[in-house]
Amino acid sequence: MHSASSASTVGPEPRSVLRRHFVSILLGTGLLASAASFLYPILRYLVPPKLPDLGGDAVLAAKISELKPNTAKTFRFGSRPGLLVETASGEYRAMSATCTHLGCTVQYRPDLREIWCACHNGMYDLNGRNISGPPPRPLEAFEVQVRGDGIFVRRKQEA
Amino acid sequence: MASPASSIRQWLDERFPLDDIKSLAEKKKVPVHRYSYWYFLGGMTLFLFGVQVLTGALLLLYYRPGADEAFESVQFIMTQVHFGWLIRSVHSWSANLLIFMAFAHLFSVLFLRSYRKPRELTWVSGILLLFLMLGFGFSGYLLPWNTLSYFATKVGTEIPAQIPIIGRPTLLFLRGGEDITGSTLTRMFGFHVAILPAIATLLIGLHVGLIQWFGMSVPPSLEGEWQALPAERREVRFFPNFVLRELMAWYVALGLLGALAALFPWGLGVKADPFASAPAGIKPEWYFLFMFQTLKLIPAKVLGMDGEMLGILAFGVIGAVALLLPFLDREKPFNTRRWISGLACVFLGYMAVMTVYGWVAK
Repeated sequence: MHSASSASTVGPEPRSVLRRHFVSILLGTGLLASAASFLYPILRYLVPPKLPDLGGDAVLAAKISELKPNTAKTFRFGSRPGLLVETASGEYRAMSATCTHLGCTVQYRPDLREIWCACHNGMYDLNGRNISGPPPRPLEAFEVQVRGDGIFVRRKQEA
Repeated sequence: MASPASSIRQWLDERFPLDDIKSLAEKKKVPVHRYSYWYFLGGMTLFLFGVQVLTGALLLLYYRPGADEAFESVQFIMTQVHFGWLIRSVHSWSANLLIFMAFAHLFSVLFLRSYRKPRELTWVSGILLLFLMLGFGFSGYLLPWNTLSYFATKVGTEIPAQIPIIGRPTLLFLRGGEDITGSTLTRMFGFHVAILPAIATLLIGLHVGLIQWFGMSVPPSLEGEWQALPAERREVRFFPNFVLRELMAWYVALGLLGALAALFPWGLGVKADPFASAPAGIKPEWYFLFMFQTLKLIPAKVLGMDGEMLGILAFGVIGAVALLLPFLDREKPFNTRRWISGLACVFLGYMAVMTVYGWVAK
């Protein structure tokens, strides 16, 4: 090896230079890889985890005694609000209360017998279908079950 | 026409003293000798502090102070957040290593007598920083709001309450009320993430600035040798030579922290219950153990004085002596110099023995 370094004027690429280059590449990639392994956990950490979603779990939306025909109640469904409506004929309907337009919370209008979003005057029917105003999509409809005196709501199971 | 890079450079030079900073970094020389390795400890402490700042800031993104949320939010970090266990475990491990490093740094500076003129203020700021780090440890310990931290804080805040006159106001100040409640947690959180970091930033700036200004101290024994044989004198430049070596050490430390956090992740314990009784064998963190054990061993009455009081007084005196050490090191009127190393050895031994004793004692 000593001959290689002393003969540096002879060859165009002395071996010691090549070796130094090789070592720098090794060192550089090693440092880069470890920097990536330090940064990756941090970047992943910064992304908030998905909150446990209510998959099959039913939520107690209201007691039967709380609702009268042609009224509604908002309830907690996971981390978002849901809307439970008792129609004039006494049927229960449940859906997401988050407007599909810009995310305001919708409300039931007993006078119109429709669901209304106060922010931009969006209208949905009692099945959650968007019927007028800016909302682009229907509200997600939930499944309603009455057990005892409780009205339970859960996400519709995909068939 | 100058190249864009050089014109940006020139623009900066006219508005920012970059060259002065660079020459300050290059001016400093680090002596090379048989004790050189001790020079790394201060830098290592600084690095671990940096790790604490980074991981602490990350933990703040999910942590919630408050008696009914703190434990749950730490649990959330540990179980739900991606790599949350890693960030918190690194924070805890690094905290402990930081305190250890700070003590090691302190004793190495003490035994090499680096605190002598003109570095007295560097020493004083360093001791204040050590007290500050202990404060960080104490205030951070409560934040997960588990049984252990609850009772450790209870006992820890009870100790200064023994001091006459100022004891009670201190307790109220530390607890934010009579008892350890959510108010205490809010307070400790405030100390831990705002007040102490603000003071630490200032003190670290002063400490590191002074070191950079005066350069590394050469131990007196070597100074004599070098004066006799000037050819023996060897130095490297602080930048880049010493900095690169220090960076290497930091790199290894980071790997070690990751390994410790992965192999021994920090536990969370049981949520604090103010109405539960203290669990058996409750102990503070290891760096408070020697004081804890001493206070446990002191009899209730010593020569008519309250034993607890005496212990607190003794540690207060030791703290004051440590703070003022450079001014106590003198040859006239009494030669105190030869006593300092001996007493430091005795104290170091005492700390070690009491820590181990406190660790194994029931």
